[in-house]
Amino acid sequence: MEIAGQRIVSARETGLVACRRCARVWPMGRRTCGRCGSALRSRDWGSLQRVWAWLTVGIICYIPANLFPMLKTRVLFSESEDTIVAGAIELALNGNIGVAMIILIASVAIPIGKFVAIGYLAISVARPERLRPAQRHRLYHIVEFIGRWSMIDVFVVAILSALVQLNFAASINPGPAAITFALSVIFTMLAAISFDPRMIWDRDGQGPDRQ
Amino acid sequence: MSNPAAEIPDDGLDEMIACPQCDALYHARMPPDGRRATCRRCHTVLIAPRQGAYARVIALALTVMVLMIGATTFPFLAVNVAGFSNRASVLDSALAFVDGGLMASLAVLVVAFIIMVPVLRAALVIYVLGPLALGRAPLRGARKAFKVSEDLRPWSMAEIFIIGVAVALTKVSDLASVEFGPAFWMFAGLVVVIVLKDGAMDRWSIWKSLDSGS
Repeated sequence: MEIAGQRIVSARETGLVACRRCARVWPMGRRTCGRCGSALRSRDWGSLQRVWAWLTVGIICYIPANLFPMLKTRVLFSESEDTIVAGAIELALNGNIGVAMIILIASVAIPIGKFVAIGYLAISVARPERLRPAQRHRLYHIVEFIGRWSMIDVFVVAILSALVQLNFAASINPGPAAITFALSVIFTMLAAISFDPRMIWDRDGQGPDRQ
Repeated sequence: MSNPAAEIPDDGLDEMIACPQCDALYHARMPPDGRRATCRRCHTVLIAPRQGAYARVIALALTVMVLMIGATTFPFLAVNVAGFSNRASVLDSALAFVDGGLMASLAVLVVAFIIMVPVLRAALVIYVLGPLALGRAPLRGARKAFKVSEDLRPWSMAEIFIIGVAVALTKVSDLASVEFGPAFWMFAGLVVVIVLKDGAMDRWSIWKSLDSGS
């Protein structure tokens, strides 16, 4: 596509404000998009506060999600309560190493990776940064795309609890960690959605473009 | 640096497109049918026109709604252990959290993520694109409807649910024998149709028609 200058320029450098929902551009200073009705902000520095707020509650919810049981399993007369990590270890010991990896990646590696990545991105846009904008933007893409997949474990608990209700032979019920884990995923998704990746590219990635 | 905004007349602004991800500014040029115009610096897809896309998206959205009715009413999965058996529908899985005080709120979220949001998005897309496909003016509130549909996109989690089913089944399989009901296959098909539907929509063309049509 044809760029609007000698080199790639941002709408902001050109004195325009772009709608993040429908990609329409307007003269700087306009407040709502005339096409889709979204609020227009050239750069929303207040969004960083929302990012940090959602991220903080996300991390807080992640702690009990790992301390409390995710599943309460009862087979005949023996009862067991598994946390996320203990459940994955048990699967691995039973030979299901592939599935144990899926659980560990989706429920441990991805959430923690997301906390670090979102925190790093939020810090990086406020100061000059070594990592090039293209790399940081790719990181943002990955966080946004992959974050939802952490919900897998919540769905697994839902399916198991609905399916395995076999009188006194066996039953599986959700533990309290299911809800805190789900909330942690939702809050970190909101943190990622609140982040405005356009800030990564300002002044060619050389720090904030405040006016 | 001179200010290029001065060179662009105000009424020419609707021929410009700014990348929603990185704010790079372009003159909007429709790529040839079937090709995609992507942002040069962050590779976000900006424009991707398809011949007859509206009709196809509507057909796929209708398929989503029909399949979802089937997937929630037919039996989904059943387990057998030593003479005891239990079956669960998709709705049962979503409502597994109901009897547990605070857990009930989780049931609401799960129902929303795997059933309500995909159906609502399909319905909104039909509402928005129906009149456009027939060459009529958009219905009242079409822009708002399309905006809501786009905002809800990350919260539609049917594809994640089906992977969750696969993981859950490997956990159950050494405890019990599992039977697949028709709803299982419907839901698997649903995931494919949702992906095709979202892939066939060209946001830029849709917003442009909504703009000029009302």
